[in-house]
Amino acid sequence: MAKTAPQIAGADVHRLHNVPDQPDNPGIPFDRDPVEAVRVNLSAVERRAATLPTRRTVKKAWQAAWLTRALTCIDLTTLSGDDTDGRVRRLCAKARAPLRADLVEALGFMDRPPTVAAVCVYHPFVAAAVDALDGSGIPVAAVSTAFPAGLAPMATRQAEIEASVADGAREIDIVITREHVLTGNWQALYDEVRSFKDACGPAHMKTILATGDLKTLRNVGRASMVAMMAGSDFIKTSTGKEGINATLPVALTMVRAIRAYRDMTGHVVGFKPAGGISTAKDAMAFQFVMKEELGSLWLQSGLFRFGASSLLADIERQLAYFVTGRYASYDHHAMA
Amino acid sequence: MSVAELFDDLDYGPAPENDGEAKSWLAGRAGEAAHFIGGAWVASAEGATFETIDPATDQPLLSVAQGSAADIDAAVKAARAAQPGWAALPGFERAKYLYALARAIQRNSRLFAVLEAMDNGKSIRETRDLDIPLAARHFYHHAGWAELMARDMPDREPVGVCGQIIPWNFPLLMLAWKIAPAIALGNTTVLKPAEFTPLTALLFAETCAAVGLPPGVVNVVTGDGGTGAALVDHPDVDKIAFTGSTEVGRIIRKATAGTGKSLTLELGGKSPFIVFDDADLDSAVEGVVDAIWFNQGQVCCAGSRLLVQESVHDRFIAKLKERMASLRVGSPLDKAIDVGAIVAPVQLERIRSLVEQGVAEGAEIHQSPGPLPDAGSFFPPTLLTNVQPASTCARVEIFGPVMVAMTFRTPEEAVALANNTEYGLAASIWSESINLALDLAPKIRAGVVWVNSTNLFDAGSGFGGYKESGYGREGGREGTFAYTKPSWMKGAAPIQAAEPSAPASLPLAPGGVDRTAKMYIGGKQARPDGGYSRPVSAPDGRTVGEVGEGNRKDIRNAVEAARKAAPGWAKASEHNRAQILYYVAENLDARSDEFIARLRALTDLSQQRARREVAASVERLFAFAAWADKYEGAVHRPPFRGLALAMNEPVGVVGVICPDGPGLLPFVSLFGAALAGGNAAVMVPSETKALLATDFYQVLDTSDVPAGVVNIVTGDRESLGAELAKHDAVDAIWYFGDRAGAATVEAESAGNLKQTWAETLERDWFDPLAGGGRELLHRATQVKNIWIPYGE
Repeated sequence: MAKTAPQIAGADVHRLHNVPDQPDNPGIPFDRDPVEAVRVNLSAVERRAATLPTRRTVKKAWQAAWLTRALTCIDLTTLSGDDTDGRVRRLCAKARAPLRADLVEALGFMDRPPTVAAVCVYHPFVAAAVDALDGSGIPVAAVSTAFPAGLAPMATRQAEIEASVADGAREIDIVITREHVLTGNWQALYDEVRSFKDACGPAHMKTILATGDLKTLRNVGRASMVAMMAGSDFIKTSTGKEGINATLPVALTMVRAIRAYRDMTGHVVGFKPAGGISTAKDAMAFQFVMKEELGSLWLQSGLFRFGASSLLADIERQLAYFVTGRYASYDHHAMA
Repeated sequence: MSVAELFDDLDYGPAPENDGEAKSWLAGRAGEAAHFIGGAWVASAEGATFETIDPATDQPLLSVAQGSAADIDAAVKAARAAQPGWAALPGFERAKYLYALARAIQRNSRLFAVLEAMDNGKSIRETRDLDIPLAARHFYHHAGWAELMARDMPDREPVGVCGQIIPWNFPLLMLAWKIAPAIALGNTTVLKPAEFTPLTALLFAETCAAVGLPPGVVNVVTGDGGTGAALVDHPDVDKIAFTGSTEVGRIIRKATAGTGKSLTLELGGKSPFIVFDDADLDSAVEGVVDAIWFNQGQVCCAGSRLLVQESVHDRFIAKLKERMASLRVGSPLDKAIDVGAIVAPVQLERIRSLVEQGVAEGAEIHQSPGPLPDAGSFFPPTLLTNVQPASTCARVEIFGPVMVAMTFRTPEEAVALANNTEYGLAASIWSESINLALDLAPKIRAGVVWVNSTNLFDAGSGFGGYKESGYGREGGREGTFAYTKPSWMKGAAPIQAAEPSAPASLPLAPGGVDRTAKMYIGGKQARPDGGYSRPVSAPDGRTVGEVGEGNRKDIRNAVEAARKAAPGWAKASEHNRAQILYYVAENLDARSDEFIARLRALTDLSQQRARREVAASVERLFAFAAWADKYEGAVHRPPFRGLALAMNEPVGVVGVICPDGPGLLPFVSLFGAALAGGNAAVMVPSETKALLATDFYQVLDTSDVPAGVVNIVTGDRESLGAELAKHDAVDAIWYFGDRAGAATVEAESAGNLKQTWAETLERDWFDPLAGGGRELLHRATQVKNIWIPYGE
């Protein structure tokens, strides 16, 4: 992965030097002012979200490149009540080899076959996933803190993080207490996220805001700001269990908060939309948001993830079409 | 490059729109340069042609016919021949044609979109997503007006044959804005597309033929400014509708002066884009992109003056510069560019020189760093900071992708800066405070105000300017006035030139104490500046009294007084205005015997007829008092989550040159209309009835009419009318008289493009519709559309 932003005149929004390609956010002390200074105009954000995908498109080889990149940003996820070790191992196998070998070759990736960014599971399956991914370099992410509602006792939630880290999870996706946002108790939200961050130790922490529960973009913007102050490495839209998952207006609001936080502190935070992103076209729309609002660095998996499961299959099918000129049978690709 | 190589940089790469269909269409028309006249393709009478060029490649696209006066004449004749039959069709029949045109535009939307992008240089994204859908929407909406005209506007009729001249910045959309309302409302039209961009008008003409539109209803004559001038000058055109520069608008105003042609103008702008410290700044940055880098900034309503509250200026400008770095300039047919080509080299040169001048005058320049194509007319998105209101680039319409930025401290100062321009087309206000935004919107003198948004358009909401941005509205109910006229006009007799007053050969009637009628300025009686008086005589030549002989300085003083009083009266509640008009009625009624006697002394009216006129005048005041709080605006529902409030706002200071006809009633009617609409007035009464007006100020004095809201200047009607028309602080002029007088007033009005209502037909002032109906309120107000998106 490139270590610095590509130097293409005019193509990048930000000309920051020495920006890491991984999150770099120790957090800052709680400060109410920037939280309350957040302004989000819903109609204007929706307009930008509606027109941005009409302003940008990529075709042919470029599209294949963008989709391959999207594939490398997927946190391949299974979060079902009926998950089993076997199911998780099957997912891990797909994570290691998400593209059919002939496609990898045709696209020119023989020397660096793409993999997904991580595999994301519930705590009981962390150990199996770590085992199944051994040697691949693919990290295991665990959803934690009483996912998805997050309403277990604090000690329980902290212990859950610690247990997952102990089992080998290198990334922890936490959920916040929505009540803190809905009641404007920003200090409580800060303290909660901060304590999770401490529990994570060396593991990267992705903070799920459950934006569908927060209802307003103003809440989304403010919660994003607090989550970053408290040291989140990523901020993430949804558990996938709320009524409304990742939308472009929510994404815009969150990436603009990432930008504002970066401008304010110099710290770099990643973004993970999750839930409901199931087509290659959806994925590209989010990629355009990242490139246009934050710059190319936020197109790589160090700072950008998709929380998805069925997205991979659609990307694989689109790449197969690019390579062969034919739409593949659904059985031509291995299932996850 | 392999996918793996592209993978590392993840640039956008080319994304060309297919232009094959458009090229086939062009090939099919090659060598057949022709106008669309009377339903047929007709070569130019003089055989002349010119080439339209793709500004992105400098390559010629098609040779088109250069319209001559003879071509215009043929087209006008065709339109004239078609008009009665077209107007006589039931609304439903006309509606079906408009509906068919809308459908046909949609069916061929991509061909229209690609041709437009090639001819104009604007991006395929914009033509595909904005120009063409909005044009189709305009025909749908107006199919509805065709359907509803008979039942919804029973007292209005088509104007007749319309000459329509459109600009190159939105070729098909401006065509739709012109043609759809015209033909919906029973008019026929001769359209002259812009010289730079005739192609989609030709494709539209083909569409008219394809849907079977009756020959002559729509005629398209291509050509340059000379072709447009021939259309403006054609004696058998009833109306000219022009969209373009203020400079050409002035020329057209002068050229049509006194011809009786109805005129609507949609002209230039230098619209403010106001950002308050409590705005969603990221969204406001995106708003700037949509304001000034939409259509390469070649938008009459472009937000081109950025006014940012000082406290957030540096932060906002920094965000804006970051945003500019990601704008992509390139081929209009590339689906992933933001900014296309400037329409022609001459425009590019104008933009460049204005930007250079701005820099020479001290502005700091910041431009998007992205590459520009090698060929074609391209200009990078540009931001000029450190600009002062006195800078050329802050005053002149650049009509290119150039934003100039200034700061303000308070909402009050934002309004002052926003209004400090000769233009008044549009404004954009960014604030998260509904109080602030909705307080500001009425204070900005512009026809369209967008709250937390910009450059939104819809066929159902009127678009058009205040001040020197022109007059008339396009779209919505407010737009239908431009293509209809009151039914009473049919068969009305022309106003004859006033006969010179009978010489005051006989002395003043003896008896009583001598009275001196003065002017009435700023709520006080004022002696004429010149120190002369003129006699007012009875029909038999006997002097009834003397009034002041007003001159230029009296007009100046009266306008000053009106100017001072206008804001307060405009702000007065409608209820308050109504109360005062009722009070005037009450006091006029109390003194009716006096006015009856005066009327009889000045005219040969019988006692009964004089009584009738005074009674009608009292009733008329009641009518306008009634209207004052009932001539309401509308709430449009454009296709987004929000409202557009169509507010009927005062025009400002109105100069009224009263007709010679009945003595009291027209004066009172026009007074009532002006005041009910919230305007201040400078009234010049008829010479022969001036004593009625000077009597009237005593009624005003006792009726709580605020000082300066009405001013009365007596003297020579025509010369005072000319002085009012020449005064550029007068916002509208109402003139009733003969064609020669109308010609003077209309020609002089071009100075500040004041709204002109120069009527040369006798109207029945006693008729409640003609003398006291909506038509007068329409004249006394202008529509401002305030777009308010909402949602949390």
